[in-house]
Amino acid sequence: MTLLFETLFNGLAIGSVLLIAALGLAIVFGLMGVINLAHGELIMLGAYTTYVVQLIFRLPFLAPFYDAYVLVALVAAFVVSGIVGVLLERTVIRRLYGSPLETLLATWGVSLILQQFVRSVPLASAAGLVLTLLLALLGPAVLPGQWLAGPRGRFTRAGVWAGAALVGVLAAASLGSLVPSLSRANPRNVDVTAPAWMRGSIELAGLTLPVPRLVIIVITVVAVLGITWFLARSVWGMRIRAVTQNRPMSDCLGIPTETVDVLTFGVGSGLAGVAGVAVSLLGSVGPNVGASYIVGCFMVVVLGGVGNLLGTVIASLAIGVMTDLIGAGRLLTAWPGMPPSIAAVVDFFATTSMAQVLIFSLIVVFLQFRPSGLFPQKGRLVEA
Amino acid sequence: MVASSTLLPQPSRWIRVAIWVLILAVLVAAPSVLPVFRLNLLGRFLSLAIAALGIDLIWGFTGILSLGQGVFFALGGYAVAMFLQLNTSAAAGMLPEFFRLYGVSSLPFFWEPFRSPVFTLIALWLVPALVAAVLGYLVFRNRIKGVYFSILTQAALLVFFNFFNGQQKLINGTNGLPTDTTVLFGQQVGSEPVQRVLFWITGLLLILSWFFVRWVVRGRFGDVLIAIRDDEPRIRFTGFNPVVFKTIVFAIAGALAGISGALFTVQSGIVTPQFMSVPFSIEMVIWVAVGGRGTLLGAIFGAVLINYGKSLVSEALPQSWLFIQGALFILVVTALPQGILGWFFAGGFRNLLVRAGLARPLATYPSLELDGQEEVRL
Repeated sequence: MTLLFETLFNGLAIGSVLLIAALGLAIVFGLMGVINLAHGELIMLGAYTTYVVQLIFRLPFLAPFYDAYVLVALVAAFVVSGIVGVLLERTVIRRLYGSPLETLLATWGVSLILQQFVRSVPLASAAGLVLTLLLALLGPAVLPGQWLAGPRGRFTRAGVWAGAALVGVLAAASLGSLVPSLSRANPRNVDVTAPAWMRGSIELAGLTLPVPRLVIIVITVVAVLGITWFLARSVWGMRIRAVTQNRPMSDCLGIPTETVDVLTFGVGSGLAGVAGVAVSLLGSVGPNVGASYIVGCFMVVVLGGVGNLLGTVIASLAIGVMTDLIGAGRLLTAWPGMPPSIAAVVDFFATTSMAQVLIFSLIVVFLQFRPSGLFPQKGRLVEA
Repeated sequence: MVASSTLLPQPSRWIRVAIWVLILAVLVAAPSVLPVFRLNLLGRFLSLAIAALGIDLIWGFTGILSLGQGVFFALGGYAVAMFLQLNTSAAAGMLPEFFRLYGVSSLPFFWEPFRSPVFTLIALWLVPALVAAVLGYLVFRNRIKGVYFSILTQAALLVFFNFFNGQQKLINGTNGLPTDTTVLFGQQVGSEPVQRVLFWITGLLLILSWFFVRWVVRGRFGDVLIAIRDDEPRIRFTGFNPVVFKTIVFAIAGALAGISGALFTVQSGIVTPQFMSVPFSIEMVIWVAVGGRGTLLGAIFGAVLINYGKSLVSEALPQSWLFIQGALFILVVTALPQGILGWFFAGGFRNLLVRAGLARPLATYPSLELDGQEEVRL
């Protein structure tokens, strides 16, 4: 019985990391049909944001609130990854709608640039840059419309950018001087220290539940519920779904489809940032931290069926439980008297990487029977 | 994707002759002109070009984007490395050295056939081809295509990587199999004379592969491939079975990648699971994209150009290569979808001259340029 609960909990823990990492991808891929290979790097940015936020909360005047830095990091990571995502959509992906293979290659290029960026640019400057982008993109939305209209508008826009750049440079400089370790480029991995309340574990019914894992599960549940509410109930969620179903018709009905694209991509990218916070709690953070998740994320989306959040949830939990079941060799524990030949096979796959081998093979086999995943979209298109 | 490459570039005869003279001159002159280090590098790049030809065949002509060519590349490399290891240790009557480190006393069963050189020469392309055929058939059968196929090939890549990486006792895991210290015909494979011969073999095989792929894409078979790329449902409704064509073509690309991997391995001196790393396989795609997909010379040109650029940049400014590479991906896809040679053959250079006022524009009606160019050239 304990074994069952242990497997379930571990599976839930592994699955929830996969789920939070794949959630943004499922939205971007499912609703927009865009393959974003830079998704892993958006996760990585979220993880680095956590690191920066944590260092800022070490400063004397913020130290009393240190325990709460994870909450701030969640918001900050969402914003940072979201901003980078919006920029990515505006500059690259927008030109490539309708050609998914090209999008795939271009976003891979973006991911390479982002990886090298965090290696060779000091994090303080990076933070300043993100702040500049945030202000410059938000500025026109806040300013009164008449300032932006007519010939004066151009000057106003230039002024907004200049102001944003100034604030960004100042922020980068002050951050660099407050936290010296952020003012140098650091190609190595960094470690995020969890606050005291998040260390250790809880004993429950004979099980040891590590607190960081529990926190990740909570984050994931909140994120899934939040995004479900957003898509199903909010006005913009409805618009997003409308554009997904029929873009020209939505356009005719006055839905600003371009804004919807930006919003969808921004939210998907922001969720990658939230995933980054979760990832940073599990191990050290490096430029390649996101790349290790990306293939698993895509497997979740493919297995779950495109454009279906429930499928994503079930697929990631299933993969999580399977990983634990196979990777930790739990079948052997559950059935100690199994014949040696089967035991040898089970033992062969009883490492995390070999479990991945088996699970991916199983997914390919599964797709033989259900080519469009667990919950296929119904339609009559020939390209279905 | 359709629009970018339906118009197959058609270089003038003289350009083609000039390119060929250039290629032959490089192949003939290189061994006597270049120092052995550079020659070896060039040999490696030429062997990579064979894999690029395969990718051009499946991506440029059939519209299948595989992000897992590294699997086949590495399988070819492992085949030849296993043979060389056995060949070397058999002379001493022992198992390859690394087995002793892990306390393995008997040869794993799948090593046995690699004692034979004939078997190895066949296996290094047949095994990758078979793996590609099985994988391709299982996926194509379900009409999984486009990005889903790409993602699945990437997952397959990761599966193979994990498998090879984790199996110390079977194939030396992470460390890979070195070939430069092994012995063939009484000579060390890493030695200079052997490397020079390998360069020739590479050049020869590259030209042979080029002829082979050209033969495949010309004629009716090639027409079907292009039709699959441009409108697969329509070709299905016309009574063709795209699964057969796609499987065959994917297997051919796998075989080419295997040959490429084998040649690359003997010239770089080691095969490791890193050959199956995710970035490397995507890099292969960008060689073709930069050179010009749908043009076979473009694939070769792109592979050599990018790798040469990579080695130059990495020597001078190691940090900037990822920036450059990333920018290349974005630029090629957004600004130059036909690739360099595709752009050149399509009259891009002349158009540039026209814009600069150095040449007179050709007075043609746009549709005239489209007519009569469906035939595959190059």
